[in-house]
This record gives sequence, C-alpha cells and structure tokens, in this order.
Amino acid sequence: MARIDVVMPQMGESIAEGTLSKWLKRVGDPVKRDEPIFEISTDKVDAEIPAPAAGVLAEILVQEGQTVAVQTVVARLETDAGAAAASAAPKPATSAPAPAPSAGQAPDSERAAAVVPAPAPSPSPGAKVAAPPAAPKPAPAAATAPAAESLEDRLRRKSTPLVRKIAADHNLDLTAIPGSGMAGRVTKNDILAYLESGLAAPAPAPADGPVTRPTDRPAVPDLTVGPGVRVVPGPVVEPWEGDRVEPWSRIRKLTADHMVMSRRVSAHVQSLIEVDYSRIATLRAKRKADYAERGVHLTFLAFIASAVARNLRKHPVLNAAVMGENTLYRREVNLGIAVAMDWGLIVPVIRRADELNLLGIARAINDLAERARAKKLSPDEVQKGTFTITNPGVFGTFVGLPVLNQPQSGILAVGAIGKRPAVLTGPDGSDSIAIRTQGMLALSFDHRIVDGADADRFLADLRATLQEFPEESI
Amino acid sequence: MAEVTYLEALRDGLAEEMARDERVLILGEDVGSYGGAFKVTEGFQQRFGAERVIDTPIAETAIVGTAAGAAHMGFRPVCEMQFIDFISCAYSILTNYVATARYRAGLATPLVVRGPAGGYVRGGPFHSQNPEAAFLHTPGLKIVAPATARDAKGLIKAAIRDEDPVLYFEHKYLYRRIKETLPEDEEILTPIGQARIARDGRDLSILTWSAMLWKSLEAAELLEREDGLAVEVIDLRTLLPLDDEAIVAAVKRTNRVLIVHEDTRTGGVAGEITARINELAFEWLDAPVKRICAHDVPLPYAPTLEDFVLPQVQDIVKGCRWLAGY
Repeated sequence: MARIDVVMPQMGESIAEGTLSKWLKRVGDPVKRDEPIFEISTDKVDAEIPAPAAGVLAEILVQEGQTVAVQTVVARLETDAGAAAASAAPKPATSAPAPAPSAGQAPDSERAAAVVPAPAPSPSPGAKVAAPPAAPKPAPAAATAPAAESLEDRLRRKSTPLVRKIAADHNLDLTAIPGSGMAGRVTKNDILAYLESGLAAPAPAPADGPVTRPTDRPAVPDLTVGPGVRVVPGPVVEPWEGDRVEPWSRIRKLTADHMVMSRRVSAHVQSLIEVDYSRIATLRAKRKADYAERGVHLTFLAFIASAVARNLRKHPVLNAAVMGENTLYRREVNLGIAVAMDWGLIVPVIRRADELNLLGIARAINDLAERARAKKLSPDEVQKGTFTITNPGVFGTFVGLPVLNQPQSGILAVGAIGKRPAVLTGPDGSDSIAIRTQGMLALSFDHRIVDGADADRFLADLRATLQEFPEESI
Repeated sequence: MAEVTYLEALRDGLAEEMARDERVLILGEDVGSYGGAFKVTEGFQQRFGAERVIDTPIAETAIVGTAAGAAHMGFRPVCEMQFIDFISCAYSILTNYVATARYRAGLATPLVVRGPAGGYVRGGPFHSQNPEAAFLHTPGLKIVAPATARDAKGLIKAAIRDEDPVLYFEHKYLYRRIKETLPEDEEILTPIGQARIARDGRDLSILTWSAMLWKSLEAAELLEREDGLAVEVIDLRTLLPLDDEAIVAAVKRTNRVLIVHEDTRTGGVAGEITARINELAFEWLDAPVKRICAHDVPLPYAPTLEDFVLPQVQDIVKGCRWLAGY
C-alpha cells in the first residue's frame, strides 16, 4: 500500500507558512491527479491545491483554519497504483520507498500539468508581510522525504544542471541550501541568494585539491540580476601578442566573486581615525622578549585585535550581519585576520577572540598565519568570522579602505605604524611638537545597519582602548 | 507609412519581387484569373501577365515539378499550395527531387513553396495543418514561418532571393487579423535563419513562431499582470536552419524554456529544439524544457474540440507557471 504525502506548498520565495482554508474532499473520497483537494491562503495568494497523484484521500492531518509551515504534511493519499502494486507483488517492508510527493510529476505528461502555482510577486513595500521567517529555513524536503531516500537521490531530486554547475563552481553543499522549487528543489535563485547571503563561506583552497576546470566563460555571467537592475556587461578583453593568460585558481575566483558581490550588496562607508600607539610601542618593547620566550611574536596587530575584540562587545552592531530584512547580532566575537599569501588571500578566524588575553590572541594570529601559508588550515578555521581585520600597513601603506567580508557589517584596516611629529598640549595648556608612534585605522561598515555615529563611537572607543592599553592585561 | 495586414504585406512582398526581377513566376491553383483562394495574388495576372502568373491543374506534384524545372532554367518560381495541407501531395518531389538536386546534379533550385497553414479557423483536418515537422528532417530545404506583417513581407522576399528551395508557411488565422504599419520607402528583407526577441523577460523564455507568437505574447502579458513574471518571448521565424545561437542565448539568459507550437506534439519541432538545448546548453538549465503543443489527434471539425486540441493562451500560462515554480 503506497501512501504519499500531500504538503503545504510554498507559494512564494518569502512565504514560510500557509493557512488551510477549506477541504474540498473528505477522507475516503477518490481524487484524480491534479484535482483540487484543498484551498489555502497565504499572505500573498489564495489557491486551490491539486492532488499530486490519483488515489483516495486517506488521512487529513491539518484541519480547516490551521496555519502550518510550508512543506508540512497536511494529508496522505492512498494511490491506486501503489495499492495495485502492493497486492500484485508484496515487497519487504524495508524496500519500495514511496515517491517523493509531487516530485513525481512528469513535466510533459500533459500540457495542462500545472501542479504548483507560480511564486507570487514580491510584496510591494506596503504589503502585509509575514512575521520574520524562522531562520535559517529548514531544508523543507527533509520533512517529507521518505526515510529510505539516499543522499544521492536527494541531490538528484534537488538540483538541476545549472544549480549543480553553480554549486560545483563555488564548492557548495547543495543539501545545506533551502530550496523554494517544487518538492524543495534548489533553484537558480535559491543558490544565488545563498551565495549572496554570505552563508557560503569560501573554503580554503586545499594544497593538492581537485584542480578546477579551466574555463573561458564566467560561471554565472548574467544571472545575478535583480528586478529593475540594468545589466552593464563587462568589457571584452582580448590578449595581445605576447601576453600571458593565466586561468583563475579557485581561490582567485572565490575572491573575485565575493568582492564583487560584497560591493553590490552592501552600502560601504569608511571612517578613518588616527591612533597614538606610543604607549603600546613602549609596552611592546618591554614585553617582546618575554613573549618571544613563550614562542610568540608580539605585534601591534595583536594589541589592535585584542582592543577590537573587547570593543565589539560594546558595539554589537559591528559584530552583526544583515539577514533578509533583519539585523543578526552575533553572540560570538570571531575575529577574521586577513592573511596575504603568494597565491591569494585567506581570512582565518580567531574564535571567541574576546575571551582571549593578549598572549592568546598574539599566539592565535601567529599560528593561523603560519598555517595559512603552509596550507594547513582546516575548513572550520576560515568560517564563522563576525568581524575582520586586514593589515595593509605592513607594506608601509598609510591606510587601506577595505571591502566588507560578507556578511559581516564591519572590517578594519590597519595603516602603517611609524614615528610622526605630533602636537601635544601640556597640562599648562602649552603646545609642543613631539615625536610620537602613530598610525591610521580605517573602518569600512555596512551603512544598511551601521550608521556613521555607531561607527565613529566604535572607532573612538577603540582608539581610547589602544592609547590607554592596561599594562596589567599584558 | 501605411497600415497593411499580414496578407497584404505578403502580397506586397510578392509584387515587389515580381516587379524587381522578371525571372520570378507564380504558379498555383486559381492564382491567376481568380487571384488565389485567399486573394494573395489578386490582380497579379493583369499586372504581370498570364505567362508569369500561371493557373495550374489541381496537381501539387506537377506544380512543384514544373517549378523545379523552371528554377533549373534560371527562373525563380513561387508555388502556391491552396491550403498547405496539400503540400503532402508534393512530398516526394520536394524531398526526393528538389531537396537533393544541388547535391546530386549541381542544380540550383531557387523555388519557393508557400501556402496557408494553421488552425483556429474551424477548418477541420484537411485545412488546418502545420506541416513543418514533415520537412524539418530533409536536408536541402529551408523553412520559414512569419508571425508578423513585417516578416510576412521580409521573409517572402528573402525566400525568393534565396538560392535554395524555401518552404514558406503563412498562417491563415493571421491573414487579416494582424495589421502593422510598414515603411514604404524601405526595402524589407528578413534574413533567413535569424530569430527575433519579441518580448524581453528574465524569468523564463518562450520559443515559438507563427500564430503561437501572439498567444505567447498574450500569455506573457497575463503572467506579468497576475504573477509578476517577466517572460521573454522569442519568435524563431526560421525553422530550418534553426537559429541555435539565439536559442542557446535564451537558455543562458533565463535558464527556463517553454516551446510553444501549434503542430501536434509527437515528432514536432519542439522535440528537435529540446534536443539541441540538451546538446548545447544542458548545464544552463534550471528546469526541464517544456513544450505546449496540439494534442496528438487529427484536428477536429467541432469548434469546441478544435479549441480543446489546439494550444490556447491558458495552456501557455499554465505551462509557464509550472516552469516558474519548478
């Protein structure tokens, strides 16, 4: 006896639930395939939902007026074919998984085979919008997929050629991506939205991992187009005689895509502040040898990272991300430290940096940078960053204006630290010029959630922490 | 500028070519003194003479055979099938003789076979057919099927000037229903083998031609209004050779393709287009290629049944919704 599930369909990308407004069939009623069996209403559409297969309505699990999440099983159908097959050739109970609901709809069996209504248009600004969807969305197929379904089957059902290509190009796990298509299928829009959301942290390039297929066409050239966005194609570039063409490595490609995506999705704004590091320079000189004895190179960066971690606690909006139309405040302070390697850029992460003392942070920075350059980072060491520090100053740069590391709301660039003339005002009000150790800090922040005042308060507090760095904490 | 119907645009195209090139002849049943069953060649015999606008017996093989001989001798004959359904009577000479003449004997056969195709006019099984699939399989032929007045004119002129045999399938439902303002001072030539984007859209692409273009455009408007879907519509215009470049570009743009044709499903042109998409752009698909076609039955006489069998706007709308939700 084959029973198949009838689920609450997803009537639009942002729709998380639907209300079953009316049953059009009773338990025991025979239904034809595509015959409407119940009506639903969501905040976008009202619709009759057709039966995914012919059979008899065996169970009603959701009553009229009840509101349930999409993909919730609302009824079960006893299928004729299943019952016939079972009586003809009884099989062991462990085999014969039921077909996935509605995935069995052959696309071409008849020309009027409209099974799932199209997604409703996006709500207009004034439209009533459902409560923020529970995030992250559970993979809907999991709720209804027969237990016997293998990972491979599920992947096959959940992807189309284009989606698989994009997943392969970006090294993504399809099973982790919520699908809005029929039967929870991951569509092009789903995977692109997932990439944009930044949930897909780029994995480090394994030293001797699979070589990416060299390709002369961009992976997703014209897909990332939002409504009302005019696409301006990039320039056509051709090599001239004697030029060298080097196909992108995976890390180059990931970086390129991520940077362009970041520029597009966030409202980048920069604030710069000058910091007097004279006190830190003194402390560092004093303690450098002790640290060295413990195998740790004490750098200015360690002081800065330590001060940043502490101040992020006080300024949570800079330890945050944009999730849909919500601000997601991270509980953990996980500091990403950008490491330049000969072959590209990687951002290993110091987990819970605010819980480490200066020694711990200095050691973590040394360790992660060394292992990044030795290609010995594990994937989880480059994920879950909540704020990033990059240090262009090591090359002598006055300061840099970095691109946000999505989906983080802030990134700090450290400029070159050196001795500069400064005007000091003595206790008696007299001014004098002194030689001070100074440097710039530049904060890029996402103005969607971080206002200028938030950013500047953070920078002021950060400067104060650095200029009055407590000796006892070293 | 003058507003012309699809039929008048076709007539003007024929007349312009006859005036331009005296090698152009017209042959067919009642094309001369009667001016053609649908009056496409009305007045032609008076204007161009009975030697160039020739009434023939009811014998399609003879019409095409005569035209093939004339073409070999340097003429550019245009054969009219009174209804395109009867092109099947000339199937052998078209596929065995005309299509192979250049290969077998180095003989150019620059002839055009044209005639009214298609249903929606209560014509029943003998007067409603769409025969393109029967000839798609024959190397050596070209097939065009205009949807607009501009292309009715531009494609007949291009077909007459082509050095190879061209089948020109005009749609009788469009004859007097489609009107368009065409410039009079510009020579209209539609290149054979080039599709046209009839409507922009980013969510999915409809590939279609002839009368189905208009139903597809109507469906696209409805979907934009009711579902907020932006549906691209592509008028293929030429079915042989197919414009692979335009088809692949559409797949790469929207990743979801619906093929709409009026001919029956099995062995229809949609199958060939689908196969090409698989071969050329499989990795760009975000959904299976779907087709909306007539049911696999002879076209019924009964109006209600004709409506059921032939693709309607609502069928296209449903197909699009299925694709968009996939």
